[in-house]
Amino acid sequence: MKATTKTAMTANKSQLPDLQRVVITGAGWVTPLGADLDTVWNRLIKGESAVAPITHFDASTFATNFAAEVKDFDLGDFFDDGGLHDTAGLSTRYALAACHNAFKQAGIDSNSTDPARIGVYLGAGEGVLDYEPYMAANVAAWDSDSRSFDPKTWAKVAYQGMTPAPELEQEPQLTALHLAKRFNAQGPNLNCMTACAASTQAIGEATELIRQGDADIMIAGGCHSMIHTLGITGFIRLTAMSTRRDDPATASRPFDVSRNGFVMGEGAGIVILESLASAKARGATILAEVAGFGSTADAYRITDIHPDGQGGAGAMQMALDQAGIDPEQLDDNGKPLIQWVNAHGTSTQENDKTESNAVRSVFKDNAMDVPFSSVKSMLGHLIQAAGAVELITCLKAIETGILPPTANLTEVDPNCGLDHIPGEARDCNPTGGVSATLSNSFGFGGQNDCICLQRYTG
Amino acid sequence: MNRSVVITGLGPLCSIADSADSFWDSLCAGSSSITPIETFDASGFSCPIAGQVTAKVRDWVPKSYRKATKVMARDTELAVIAAKIAADDAGLLTSGSDESDTGFKINPARTGCQIGAGLIAADTAEMSRAVVTATDDKGTFNTQSWGTEDSGSSGMNNLPPLWLLKYLPNMPACHVTIIHGLCGPSNTIMGAEAGALLSIIESTRVIQRDSADLCLTGGAESRLNPLGLLRWDYAGRLANLKDNPDIDPADILKPFDPDSIGSIMGEAGGMLVVEEESHANARNARPYARISGFGSTQSLNPVLPIFNEEPSTTDDALSRAVTIALSKANLNPEDIDAVLPLGIGHPSLDTREANALRSSLGSHAESVPLFILTNRLGNTLSAHAGMMTSAGALMLQKQMLPANAICLSNSQDYPKKTTTPLNHILICTSSLAGQCGALVLSKI
Repeated sequence: MKATTKTAMTANKSQLPDLQRVVITGAGWVTPLGADLDTVWNRLIKGESAVAPITHFDASTFATNFAAEVKDFDLGDFFDDGGLHDTAGLSTRYALAACHNAFKQAGIDSNSTDPARIGVYLGAGEGVLDYEPYMAANVAAWDSDSRSFDPKTWAKVAYQGMTPAPELEQEPQLTALHLAKRFNAQGPNLNCMTACAASTQAIGEATELIRQGDADIMIAGGCHSMIHTLGITGFIRLTAMSTRRDDPATASRPFDVSRNGFVMGEGAGIVILESLASAKARGATILAEVAGFGSTADAYRITDIHPDGQGGAGAMQMALDQAGIDPEQLDDNGKPLIQWVNAHGTSTQENDKTESNAVRSVFKDNAMDVPFSSVKSMLGHLIQAAGAVELITCLKAIETGILPPTANLTEVDPNCGLDHIPGEARDCNPTGGVSATLSNSFGFGGQNDCICLQRYTG
Repeated sequence: MNRSVVITGLGPLCSIADSADSFWDSLCAGSSSITPIETFDASGFSCPIAGQVTAKVRDWVPKSYRKATKVMARDTELAVIAAKIAADDAGLLTSGSDESDTGFKINPARTGCQIGAGLIAADTAEMSRAVVTATDDKGTFNTQSWGTEDSGSSGMNNLPPLWLLKYLPNMPACHVTIIHGLCGPSNTIMGAEAGALLSIIESTRVIQRDSADLCLTGGAESRLNPLGLLRWDYAGRLANLKDNPDIDPADILKPFDPDSIGSIMGEAGGMLVVEEESHANARNARPYARISGFGSTQSLNPVLPIFNEEPSTTDDALSRAVTIALSKANLNPEDIDAVLPLGIGHPSLDTREANALRSSLGSHAESVPLFILTNRLGNTLSAHAGMMTSAGALMLQKQMLPANAICLSNSQDYPKKTTTPLNHILICTSSLAGQCGALVLSKI
């Protein structure tokens, strides 16, 4: 059962009106390998790992005590916020910084752009709990004599210690509000939470929103930090994370036979989406075109991905259909029309195997010739921010013609067994560079999203 | 937009209804149900009363799925029940239907699911019981003791293995897609009082762009838990009953009345089925209403106690959303026969909303009937616009204003249900974080 869209194939994008074509004119990220676009890209090309013991809190006794943390981050290094974002939580700050850089690259002048036509669509995660007072209330409310919870005591202690701003800033839609205020975006404003698929879905739906005429420019992407006590706890209890405590830097090893779970990351990725008409009118530099978006649900199980990866395959097929790209066709260089699939590639046994099956079922005989690597091997899994950050790596791949490797991949699992670019980056410039990519993001509960990015050629 | 979208199923689950029929009857009777919170002792909170749902999720899922209800948080239960009510009301046959059911067998790949949802608070009692196993000599929670690398029964092992999965905000949508076998686009949109409206708009877009033929849509939320009550109190919106111990519950929440002392929470699942019109006609569905226009915007100045600025009584975001929705529907303000505003019951928020109606509808705003739900079932947050849309759809189908409609000028009110021609109804709302949305429903 394949979820194909009935939309007519648009083999040639340039036949579409400029208002219905959506391009990216700016990108910014805050990642465990840095916040500058090129610096991070160069580190990814070198296969550097950002994974190290956790410093955000004392995780020394945790089964997983390491993660890919953002280091030395200060919003003040990006802009002077005049106190506007004083109460903003950590992931909101990441998003503000990423958006600042994206806006700068896009060269949007807020005086000459109608703020009502600029919207925000994020897959921002929830904020970090205000642990000290929250835990104090939880501890106080347990009556060990009666072995029961007393809500009245909880309320009393919570009202004393927990305060409005940190509580309200944890609401995930607050990030989009901060961005709207900072960048004067008064159009449609949405935040979605579809776990690990969220920011890919946000960018995809924001693209559709522009195509349907409801905005000219969308700030889209996501941010998240789950490197805190209960965030790490939740995934340890699910046994979803790697426990390679003796060698954290190699713990994230997508497609490797010895992979044993994902590694938590954190950060933000923001892209500026714009109708081609708007980008041309502003004389903006076009970085790439969002050629297709696919979104499906597995409708299978809360805890497992469908073993065939049919939901993921459906999302890829839908994105390819919309882009008018036939996955079984070859170009003049004898290469498939998609030159990179940016894998969801979490480094869990289940994901990497089923995702490989999904790629095989979409590309069929071409599957071995489609490079399919995972930058989570270096950045860790940025959860809700992962899709946006990974889409920006697709932008860079198209721009530079270089594909980042899957780091730590020393022995390819035969159950995966595709072209995973082990260890070293690949220069595609001798064979015509990179003109089209897919970026996969799959979330807990069976949410699958995929974006097809294409080099803009007019 | 040449693919027209209609509403073919309603799933209004709240303190006064568990079906389209019971919702309509309660609205016409002027019923309201705001009662002391029953699931825990809420007497330590400033507003311990709410609109509450009594339905039990076990009665609303296929037998084979009953085990999975153990990992459902309250919000998920509400979404699952409301989605079942909506799917049945639309005459859909899904993998969640009983063997004896008849109806239209959906095409999974062409059926989507967009749900407005909120953050789901971890069960406080469960958390409390677990964290006391990890305290230091002073009785303070300690992450070293919480880690279980070296210890067995203490610390985090006191949380069940699937603990996290219960509280992921996309779980309402995930359970609904799994139960009913919906494989099309699925999303979870966080927008508090605007959540369901933004979801209905996205479902409409998904159908218009031909990525699905029908969608389960709307929202569900319950903040009737310690953290939820605390946060919404901190948002400065809830009535404070501690300062008003003798007040009659009927006098607390009075939408668009300067004497109102604040809002009251409610829990609800406000789900609907929206469908491409020719698809609905081909299967002989009976649409309630057509979605003829929508608009959404963002306020830069929402009333939130975190920014050091004075919120103004006027804000153009909601009126812009209404104007966009009217323009998409190709209507003038006078064409709107009734409005379902949020009417949260907080005087300064109500003033902003009234001013937005005045600036988008002009003088028509003074006399158009307003129909408000908050004083009947509480502010049901992410579910609320789903409830409003259900009410609006029923009003268009029945050609009737339910009891207790009001108007801004106070020149006229409608204490009893009133038969009146209704062609177009406006639904509008704005959220805690300033997201605004408007929807125009039209008679078929």
